[in-house]
Amino acid sequence: MNAPIATGVPAFLARFEGLRTRLPGDPAPRLAAAEVLRTLGLPGRRNEAWHYTNLRPIEDAAFSEPLTALRDSGMLLARVPHIGTRLVFVDGRFRVDLSDTPPAIFRPFAMHARFGDLAQPAREPLVALNTMLAEDGAIITLPNDADGGTITLVSLATEAPGRTTAFHPRHQIRVAAGARLTLVEVALGTGTYLHNPVTEIAVEDGATLTHVRLQDESPSAYHLATLYSSVAASGTYDSFTLTLGGRLSRTEIHATLTGAGAIAHLNAAQILTGIQHADFTSVVRHAAPNGTSRQTVKNVLAGSSRGVFQGRIEVARDAQKTDGYQMNQALLLSPDAEVNSKPELEIFADDVKCSHGATVGELDAEQLFYLRSRGVPASEARAILVRAFLSEAIEAVAHDDARAMLERAVSDWWEQHPA
Amino acid sequence: MLDIRGLAASINDTPILKGIDLTVPQGEVHAIMGPNGSGKSTLAYVLSGREGYEVTSGSVTYDGKDLLAIEPEDRAAAGVFLAFQYPVELPGVGNANFLRTALNAQRRARGEAELDAVQFLKLARGELRRLAIAEDMLKRNVNVGFSGGEKKRNEVLQMAILRPRLAILDETDSGLDIDALKIVAEGVNALRGPDFSALVITHYQRLLDHIVPDRVHVLAGGRILRSGGPELARELEAKGYTDMVAEAA
Repeated sequence: MNAPIATGVPAFLARFEGLRTRLPGDPAPRLAAAEVLRTLGLPGRRNEAWHYTNLRPIEDAAFSEPLTALRDSGMLLARVPHIGTRLVFVDGRFRVDLSDTPPAIFRPFAMHARFGDLAQPAREPLVALNTMLAEDGAIITLPNDADGGTITLVSLATEAPGRTTAFHPRHQIRVAAGARLTLVEVALGTGTYLHNPVTEIAVEDGATLTHVRLQDESPSAYHLATLYSSVAASGTYDSFTLTLGGRLSRTEIHATLTGAGAIAHLNAAQILTGIQHADFTSVVRHAAPNGTSRQTVKNVLAGSSRGVFQGRIEVARDAQKTDGYQMNQALLLSPDAEVNSKPELEIFADDVKCSHGATVGELDAEQLFYLRSRGVPASEARAILVRAFLSEAIEAVAHDDARAMLERAVSDWWEQHPA
Repeated sequence: MLDIRGLAASINDTPILKGIDLTVPQGEVHAIMGPNGSGKSTLAYVLSGREGYEVTSGSVTYDGKDLLAIEPEDRAAAGVFLAFQYPVELPGVGNANFLRTALNAQRRARGEAELDAVQFLKLARGELRRLAIAEDMLKRNVNVGFSGGEKKRNEVLQMAILRPRLAILDETDSGLDIDALKIVAEGVNALRGPDFSALVITHYQRLLDHIVPDRVHVLAGGRILRSGGPELARELEAKGYTDMVAEAA
C-alpha cells in the first residue's frame, strides 16, 4: 500500500527539512517559524480573523518547489507596462536577465537574507510559512532624503506541467528619513500555484512611500499576501491594491502609525467573477497623536464570486487628534455573488475623529435606463457604471503611469468578462 | 411617423393608460397636456422602453416598426429621444465622454462611422455656443451637482448633439426660470423641420408660447379627452383641468 501523499502543513514542513541547509540567512528564525507552523497549523475558520476565508484548498494541495524556469516568460512579461525601473521575479526568484539594471538601493534577498522585526510569524501561520521557506525577494533601502524614483517589482508565475508550485518571496522596503519612493507591484502568472509574499515596510520620519499593487494572478492561483508597514512621524504610506486575479486570495495589511502626524492610506478595489474569492483585510494601529488614516475599499462582484473586507482601526490611549476614515462599498452584479464586510473600531483615546461606513448594492436601474435611452447598449452601460463606481477609488492613485496601468487592467478585465 | 393605437399600460397591475390613440405625423410637434396623475410620464416611459411598465393592449408603430418590441438603446438608435423630467446623475461619468459614447453607439447601430474625440468636440462646442451653454458643462460629471435648470439644459444639449427624429419631452419645463425655458424651446425649435417630430408633455401652457405645437391633446385618467389646435392649450389655461375633465365626462 502506498503511503498517502503529504499535503498542507506536513508537506511544507517536509520541504523545509529537505531545503533548510540551502536556504539563505540565519536559520534560527526559520526553525522558530517551523515550530509555529507545526503547532498552530494553517488558520482555520474558528480563527476569527479567518472566519470568511477558508484555506482548505491549501491544506489539501501538495505544493512543490518551483523548478528553474522551464519556459520563456517573455509572453507574460509583455503584458506588464514598463513603469520606472523594472525588477522581475519568476516563480519567486530574481531574474537579472529579465530586469532593468538594478539600482544601488536594491539587493536580492537570496544574497542578503535577513528578517526584519515588523513581521509577526509567531502570530500569523502564513507569515511563519513564508519565513520558513523564503528564498528570494526584494530588499530596497533608501538613505536619508533620497529620491528613489519609481521601481516596479514584477512577479511572474510559470506553469509547471503536473506540479503545483509554491513560492514565498520576502520583501523589505526601508525609506529613511525624508526619502521618497514609488513602488509598483504586479503579480501575474499561468497555471495553479501559491504566491505567499511577506513585505516589511518601514517609512521613517518625513518619508513617503507610494505603493501601487496589481494582483492579476492566474484564475486558478492562490495569492496570500501579508504586508507590515510602520510609519514614523510625518511619514506617509500611501497604498492601493487592485485585485483581479486568483482563485483564492487575501491581502492582509497591518499599518502602524508610530510617530506623530503619520499618514496611512490603505485603498483597494477587487473585481471578481466566476468562483473567485478575494479577501482584503487591514489593521490600522494609531499609536501616536495627530495621525491620519484613509481607506476606501470597493468590491465589484459578478458570477458567484465572494468578496471579503475586514477593516480594523485601533486608536491607542495617547493617539489623540487621530483622524480615521474608512469606507467599504460593494456592487453586486449577480444574485449569486456575495460580500462580507466587517469594519471594527477600537478607540482608547478621547479626542479623535473616526468614521466608517459600508454599502452594498446593485447597479442603479435608473442610471442604466438613462444610458440605454441615449443609445448605449446594456452591456456597455453596465461597464460604464462599474468603471464609474471604481473610478473614485482608483483616482486616489496620484502616480499617472501607475493609475493608467490600473485603469487599463480594469478595461481589459471588462473586455474579457462582459457582464 | 408615430402611431399609437389603443395603448393600455399598467404599473404593478394598476392600469395607468387606458386606451390611447394618437398619431404624430412626420414634421409635426404635438403637445400633451394633463393634470398630475393623468399618465403623461407613463406614456413617455412606455414609448422609450423603461422597465416596470406592462403594456396590456394596443400597439405603437414608429416608422412602420413595432416600437414596443425593441430595446431602449435600439429605439434611441432609431431616432427616439426622451428628455427626462428628472435627469439622472451619473457620478464618475464625465459628460463629454457620456455624450460621445452615446452618439457613437447610435452611429454604430446605424452603420455610420464613429466620431473621434476631435470631431466630437467640434460638434459639441458648436451646439454649446448655439444654445448659449457654458463649455464647462462638458467637463463635469453627468448631472452631478447641477441645478434643476442646468439638468434640463443638459437634456437639451444631448438632444442637440444626438439629433433625434422623434423627441419626447417629459415636463422638461418643470422647475425652470424663463431663461432656461427659452433655451429648452430654442433647442426644440432649432430641430424643427420635415424630418423631426416631437411630443411635448407639459402641465402648463407657458412652454407652448415658445414651442408652438401643431396639435394639442388633453390627457386625463389615462385617456385622451380632447384634441385640437394650439388654441386648446389657451382654453385649458383659462378653464383649468377640472372644468374640462367635467365637461368631457
